[in-house]
Amino acid sequence: MKLEGKVALVTGASRGIGREIALELAREGANVAINYAGSEAKAAEVAAEIKEMGREAIAIQADVSSSESVESMVKQTIEAFGRLDILVNNAGITKDNLLMRMKEADWDDVINTNLKGVFLCTKAVTRQMMKQRSGRIINISSIVGVSGNAGQANYVAAKSGVIGLTKTTAKELASRGITVNAVAPGFITTDMTDQLTEETKSEMLKQIPLARLGEPIDIAKTVLFLASEDSRYMTGQTLHVDGGMVM
Amino acid sequence: MAEVLERVTKIIVDRLGVDEAQVKLEASFKDDLGADSLDVVELVMELEDEFNMEISDDDAEKIATVGDAVNYINGKM
Repeated sequence: MKLEGKVALVTGASRGIGREIALELAREGANVAINYAGSEAKAAEVAAEIKEMGREAIAIQADVSSSESVESMVKQTIEAFGRLDILVNNAGITKDNLLMRMKEADWDDVINTNLKGVFLCTKAVTRQMMKQRSGRIINISSIVGVSGNAGQANYVAAKSGVIGLTKTTAKELASRGITVNAVAPGFITTDMTDQLTEETKSEMLKQIPLARLGEPIDIAKTVLFLASEDSRYMTGQTLHVDGGMVM
Repeated sequence: MAEVLERVTKIIVDRLGVDEAQVKLEASFKDDLGADSLDVVELVMELEDEFNMEISDDDAEKIATVGDAVNYINGKM
């Protein structure tokens, strides 16, 4: 096991990609704090599944765009497990629309959760990781943060911002043994992509050299790599896990 | 007062690897003791732990010398 005795905090871990990340880190030995915004029952299911593996897990409700809420979440995690080795900034929302039609509130909401949330969570864990002289921060960006995407100005701006934030945080914290990397998923089968029509899906597939959607586990395996010793000489990078969509 | 200085000095010596004789009240962390910005942030964190107090970001920014740190702590105790 690659993460024996490590403690991970995964934001937005009750569903989709975050859920799979939490489970995969636990499979490799980590104890996990599962953050959720609203899906209490689903977060409890993830915690129960992790406990069945013989690891410890707690579910913590927190709005990642609120500093007070985030500080309390990190405090609860450290109180429960005594340390904090891995932060996965995964929580994210979409409020898509063409730029011309996008409401200011929809812009703000997406930036606050998807970008400010990463800043706040990173800031809150840094103290503990600096003391430990080690830590892994993994930010879930998106391939559209690299390529751009019509209809997602807010989401793309946030996800692109996360890549810049990843590089800067990596530079600031490298001397303290903390690495910071990002993962940019392409189209992954989740609740988000289930809502798309067959026509949209087949259009999407044309852009993917590997000609299929990815699975949450594809992202979780990459996060595991970035959380483990295997990636110790990498920091500030963004790994594209997108079936070759953007090269 | 003397006790605070002693405890602060010990933390600075441990953290920055400087000689105890260099840790004078007027010594600047960055200019005289070779600390970078992150070292100062860490020093403040350790002072918070050592003296069991919270130092706000605004206050922390004003702590540039050994004397600043000692005075701040004395003022809060």
